[in-house]
Amino acid sequence: MILQTGVRIGVVFGVLITIVAYMTLAERKVSAWMQDRYGPNRVGPRGLLQPFADVLKLLLKEDITPRHVDRWLYTLAPAMIVIFALTAFSVIPFHPSFVIADIPVAVLFLLAAASMDTYGLILAGWASHSKYPLLGGLRSAAQVISYELPVALSFASVVVLTGSFSLLDIQDFQHRYVWLLIPNILGFVIHLVAAFAETNRAPFDLPEAESELVGGYHTEYASMRWALFFLGEYLNMAVAASVITVLYLGGWYGPFQPGFWWFFLKVAAILFLYLWVRFTFPRFRYDQLMNLCWKVLIPLGLVNLIWVTALRLWLF
Amino acid sequence: MSAPQPYVGLALHAVVSLAIALGMVGVAAWMRYRAKRPPQVRYETYECGEEPFGTARARIPVGFYLIALLFLLFDVEAAFLFPWVRELGNLGILAFWEMVIFLGILLLGWFYALRKGDLRWIR
Amino acid sequence: MFEVTFREKTGLQTEVLELNMGPQHPATHGVMRIRVWLDGEVIQKAEVIIGYLHRGTEKIAEHRSYYRFLPWTDRMDYLAPLSNNLGYVLAVEKLLGVEAPPRAQYLRVILAELSRITSHLVWLGTHTLDLGAMTPFFYTFREREKILELLEEVSGQRMNNAYMRIGGLMADLPRGWTDSLRAFLENFKKELREWHALLTKNDIFVARTRDVGILRPEDAISLGVTGPVLRASGVGRDLRKDDPYLVYGEFSFDVPVGERGDVYDRYLVRMEEMHQSVRIIEQALDQLPGGPVLLEDFKIVPPPKSRVYTGMEELIHHFKLVTEGFLPPEGEVYAAVEGPKGELGYYIVSDGSANPWRLRVRPPSFINLQVLEHILPGHLIADLVAIVGSIDPVFGEVDR
Repeated sequence: MILQTGVRIGVVFGVLITIVAYMTLAERKVSAWMQDRYGPNRVGPRGLLQPFADVLKLLLKEDITPRHVDRWLYTLAPAMIVIFALTAFSVIPFHPSFVIADIPVAVLFLLAAASMDTYGLILAGWASHSKYPLLGGLRSAAQVISYELPVALSFASVVVLTGSFSLLDIQDFQHRYVWLLIPNILGFVIHLVAAFAETNRAPFDLPEAESELVGGYHTEYASMRWALFFLGEYLNMAVAASVITVLYLGGWYGPFQPGFWWFFLKVAAILFLYLWVRFTFPRFRYDQLMNLCWKVLIPLGLVNLIWVTALRLWLF
Repeated sequence: MSAPQPYVGLALHAVVSLAIALGMVGVAAWMRYRAKRPPQVRYETYECGEEPFGTARARIPVGFYLIALLFLLFDVEAAFLFPWVRELGNLGILAFWEMVIFLGILLLGWFYALRKGDLRWIR
Repeated sequence: MFEVTFREKTGLQTEVLELNMGPQHPATHGVMRIRVWLDGEVIQKAEVIIGYLHRGTEKIAEHRSYYRFLPWTDRMDYLAPLSNNLGYVLAVEKLLGVEAPPRAQYLRVILAELSRITSHLVWLGTHTLDLGAMTPFFYTFREREKILELLEEVSGQRMNNAYMRIGGLMADLPRGWTDSLRAFLENFKKELREWHALLTKNDIFVARTRDVGILRPEDAISLGVTGPVLRASGVGRDLRKDDPYLVYGEFSFDVPVGERGDVYDRYLVRMEEMHQSVRIIEQALDQLPGGPVLLEDFKIVPPPKSRVYTGMEELIHHFKLVTEGFLPPEGEVYAAVEGPKGELGYYIVSDGSANPWRLRVRPPSFINLQVLEHILPGHLIADLVAIVGSIDPVFGEVDR
C-alpha cells in the first residue's frame, strides 16, 4: 500500500515538474504568438528543450546572498512556497483510482495549504532587509489573505451543494447531477478571480509588479533560490487550475471517454486563460485590488452562499 | 481502506515535497558558480543603483494591520460556516434561517467597517 | 475614522519610508532618479534628480560650425530626431534670412509628423508596459519599426537621421517612397483602431488612469508646460496652429484638447494626435509639389559633388564651407516647432563668426518634467509610474 502510494507520488511529481517546466515555455510561446513574435526557438526543435536550458542556467548562476539579509529566513522562504504548493497536490483526484490521499476534509486541507504560501512571501520580503522587497512582501501578504476569504466562501458554496468535504464525493455528485458550474456560476466566477489574485498573476501581480517595485519580494534573490519563487508560482497556478477543474468543471468527467485526459484538458484550458489574461490586461492598482476583494467579491460570496443554500434546500 | 490510510499518503507526500524543495536549494548551493574575488558591492542591497540609505526595518503602515484584523474576523466566520455547510442536508430549514441571520449580522459588520472607512486603502 | 482619531489623539505617526527610484529602475524611462518619501504607499514628497545623461550639447555647439552641429541635435530627443533637426535648421534659416524651397517644406512637414508618430508610439508602448499591459508594447514597436524603415530609405539611418539641411533637405525621396508611405498610413489607421479597442474602454486601464495625476490648466501654464501635457489640461496651444511655420497653415487638422488634465486625457490627446498626424501627412502627400529640395545658394549650401569637381567657383565654395563654414549676420534668433513632446525651441546668438556664440535649446520634456514634484504628492507609488509615463520625458533631451 505504502509502496503503491510512493509510486503514485513519484508519478505525480514527475508529471508536475514537467508540466511546470513546459508551462514556462508555453507562457513564452503564447505571449510571443499574441505579440507577433517567434518566442524561444533555438534550443531543440522549435525551442522544446528551452526549459532544460533555463534550469541548467539557473543552477549554475552565482547565488548571491546580500550582506544584510537574515540568512536562515532568506534561504527558507523560497523553499516554503514550493513545499506548500507541492503538498496541496496530494489531495487532488486526477482519476477515481488515482488520488494520493483521499482525505475526508480535502477542501479544508486545500484552504490551509493555500494560506501557508503567505508566510513564504512575507518572510522573503522581510528577510531581504531592503525596501522594495519589504513593500512587495507586505502587499502580497495583505493581498493573499484578503483573497483567501472569497475562495473560502466559494468552497463553502460547493460544499453546501454536495454535502461533503471529500473531493471524490464532489466528483461523484457532479457526475450524477450536473457540473457545479451551472448552479454555482457566481461561485465559479468569484473563485476564478480570486485564484488569479492568490497566485499573484496578472492583472493582480502587484507584489512583484516589475515596473513599480522592480521585482517585489524576490528583488534580492538570485540563481536557484529566485527560480524557486517562480516554481512556486507556477505550481500554485497548477493547483488553482486543478481545484477549479475538480470543484466546478467535473474533473475527469466529460462527454466521451471520461479519463485523465479530460482532467488535463480542463486544467490546460484554465492555464491558458491565465496567460490570455496576463497578456491582455494592464495591472490593477493596490487600492483597486483591495476594493475588488472587500467591496465586491466578499459580499457577493456571502450572497452567493445564501442563494446556493436556498437552492440546495428547495431544489435537491 | 482503514481511516488513517489516506493520511499516511498525505504525510508521505508532504515529506517528499519537503525533500524536493530543500533538495533544490541544496543542489543549487552545491552546483552554483562561485566568484573567486567578487566585488563587495555585489552584496549590497538593491537601491536602483544608488548607495543604500535609510533602513528597511521601518514601522509598517497601520493599514496593513487593519486588513489583518478584518481578515481574522472573516476567517473565523468562515471557520464557523464550514461545519454548517457540511451538515446542512441533515439540519433542515431551521439551520438555514439561523445561518441567514448569522450571515446577516456579518454583512452588517461588513457594512459598519465600510462606513467607518476601514475598507478604504488611501487615507 | 478610528485611524484618524487615533492619530489626532496620540500624535503617533507611521514612519516615513524614504525610497529611491532610479537611475536603475525599470519604469523611469531612462536615467531619471526620483526620491520619494512614502507614508505607507502614499507619496508625501517627491524629488526629481536629473543630470545622469548630461553631455554638454549646448557648449559643444559653441565649438562647431553651424553645419557640424546638426547631427548633435539628433541625439537630444532621440525618439524624434527629425523634429530636432527641424527646429535647429529653422532657427539657422531665420538667422540667415533664407527659406527652404516648397518641396522641401512639404517634405519637412511629412517627416516631422512621422517622427511625432514614432515618438508617440514609443510613449504608448512604454506607458502601457508600466501599467502592466505588455502586449501593446510589441504592437507599437512593430509599427514604429515600419516608420524607421521608411526613414532609413530616405536618409540611410533608422534613428539619428540628420536628414535636414540648412536650406532644405539632404536628398530627394527615393522612387516609390510615397506609395509605401501611403500603404503604411492605411494600415496604421487600422492599428490605431485596434489599440483603441484594446485600451480606451478597458476598465482596468481607465481605472488606473482616470483622475490620476490631475494637472490644472493654470498650474500647467505657470509651470511652462507645453505639448500634449498642456493640451490634455485643456489649453489648446499648438504652435502648428497658433504660429504656423513651414506650410502647416495650408492643412486642415484638429488640435485635440483634454478636459480633466489627468493621465487618461493625456493618453487620449496623444492617440488623437497620431490620428491628426496621419491626416496631415496624407494632405501633404496630395499637395506635394515638385522642384528642388535644397537651396541653390552656394554661400550657405555646399554645391553638389559633380559641380565641385568641374567648377572653380563651386570648389572654392565647398572649400570655404568645409573648412570654416558660413558666416551668418550678427544677431539673436529664436525659432520653435511643435515637437512631439511640446514646444521645441532653439535660441541662437551669433557674433558673426562661423560658430554660434551661444546656443540654447528649450527642451520640452525638461520643462514638462517639473510638474512631477507638484502632482506626485498624495498619489500611490503605482500612480507614480503612470504619471511619469504620461509626462513622457526623454532624458537625452532633459539632460542634453
